[in-house]
Amino acid sequence: MDGSYPARRQVVIPGELLDERGLKPGSGTFREGGKIFAARLGIRSEGDGYVSVVPLGGRYIPGTRDAVIGKVIDAGPSHWLVDINSPYPAPLHATESPWRVEFGDTERYLRVGDAILAGVLAVDEAMHVQLTMADREFGLLQGGQILEISPAKVPRLLGRQGSMISLIRDFARVRMFVGQNGRIWLDGGPDDVAHAVHVIHMIEDYAPLTGLTDTVREYLESAYGRPATGPTERD
Amino acid sequence: MEDIEHIVKKLKLIDENGVRLDGRRFDELRPIRIEAGILKKADGSAYIEWGNNRVLAAVYGPREAHPRHRQDPAKALVQCRYNMAPFSVTDRKRPGPDRRSVEISKVISEAFERVVFTEQFPRTSVDIFIEVLQADAGTRCAGLTAASVALADAGIPMRDLVASCASGKIGGVVCLDLNKDEDNFGEADCPMAIVHRTGEIVLLQMDGHLTQEEFHKAMDLSTEAAKRIYELQREALLRRYASVAEDMEEPRGGVPEPPAGVDEL
Repeated sequence: MDGSYPARRQVVIPGELLDERGLKPGSGTFREGGKIFAARLGIRSEGDGYVSVVPLGGRYIPGTRDAVIGKVIDAGPSHWLVDINSPYPAPLHATESPWRVEFGDTERYLRVGDAILAGVLAVDEAMHVQLTMADREFGLLQGGQILEISPAKVPRLLGRQGSMISLIRDFARVRMFVGQNGRIWLDGGPDDVAHAVHVIHMIEDYAPLTGLTDTVREYLESAYGRPATGPTERD
Repeated sequence: MEDIEHIVKKLKLIDENGVRLDGRRFDELRPIRIEAGILKKADGSAYIEWGNNRVLAAVYGPREAHPRHRQDPAKALVQCRYNMAPFSVTDRKRPGPDRRSVEISKVISEAFERVVFTEQFPRTSVDIFIEVLQADAGTRCAGLTAASVALADAGIPMRDLVASCASGKIGGVVCLDLNKDEDNFGEADCPMAIVHRTGEIVLLQMDGHLTQEEFHKAMDLSTEAAKRIYELQREALLRRYASVAEDMEEPRGGVPEPPAGVDEL
């Protein structure tokens, strides 16, 4: 917080004027009468000729290529229905699974209640969502635990270029998936998981007012009794 | 009512000096305090104290609309429930929806339908709950004002905040923001809600009679007051989020972001 980018962290409210001099409307904005206004509450951000609003809250709205953690809520003869913590139910077709599923045999592979890591294959304008698991990185999540945070805070948990995540990994030996829908899957030793969970809660509650990464590092350093090994990044 | 009939005749709602029962002048609002984001489980929430009114507003959604047949394939529904607590008035209010609260719920939903970008969330509903904890006239305006803050707090995309205020006539004088006694014994009450930026009126009702001239006077008073209320709404939201903004990681720009999200040890 050395004030090198003061205008960057301006909170804007819906209807607030963002620009009237030639910037292009980015996400979270709308144009009316040649001017650009904020469509939602968030942080104003500018880049590449666009002005946009980074949300501070709100539900998860699926986007193509998002990685999400879902819960199977229903199994049909050739598809599963997955809850991805969004307003829209998300079907996962059997052909998009990593298995060769016989018609009507879906429950051999995924049962109601199973947690999966999946990708959003497509979202059309009517917000019909399709999921996919046909990739090496996706799969059934076994063991571990799932945590839920606000989807708007996922970028904070990841940090710049994944800095926050690598900081957690530097200390806690946990396996960890972060879904864009605000669900986090964790598995590892009980102490490591407990520390990681604590850090995630810290991030979610915005506990410190400034220098979140530093506060997290301090916590982890005192919890593990050793300094961070990775490159020390500043906020 | 019989035993208070005689009071009505003697009661002077506004005196020769233009001072009202509670000491306000014709163009003064009651003290208003708004707080955003006070409920943990709701997606967005707000609490408002407007004179002796105490109103809580909570917003959920966009979420899957139920019952299913009410879903609109082209846009989101904005559903509002205005409800008064049994203890909100002097006599116990019989719980449950009644003619009045159903009407208020309807007009408030329709007011917000004008500002929420419903077309961004087809097949969903945005649910607004307004709970009046203590009522002292003007609860629909207080509720709408709080709900507007709650909607913004919930991160729901909308064109602008909606500010609401009422004006009426007491003792022959057009006055801003009537309280309970003024509302009960006055001649007219006219609540309205306005979209701050565009000046669009999204709610307008009237109880009693006003001449055209008086009506315009009332609208002018309410419009001016709505600007002040808008500032209070804005302050409430900024107060809630100021510390959060301090600590944001550098926001990502408007350019498409890489499909980050998956990380494994």
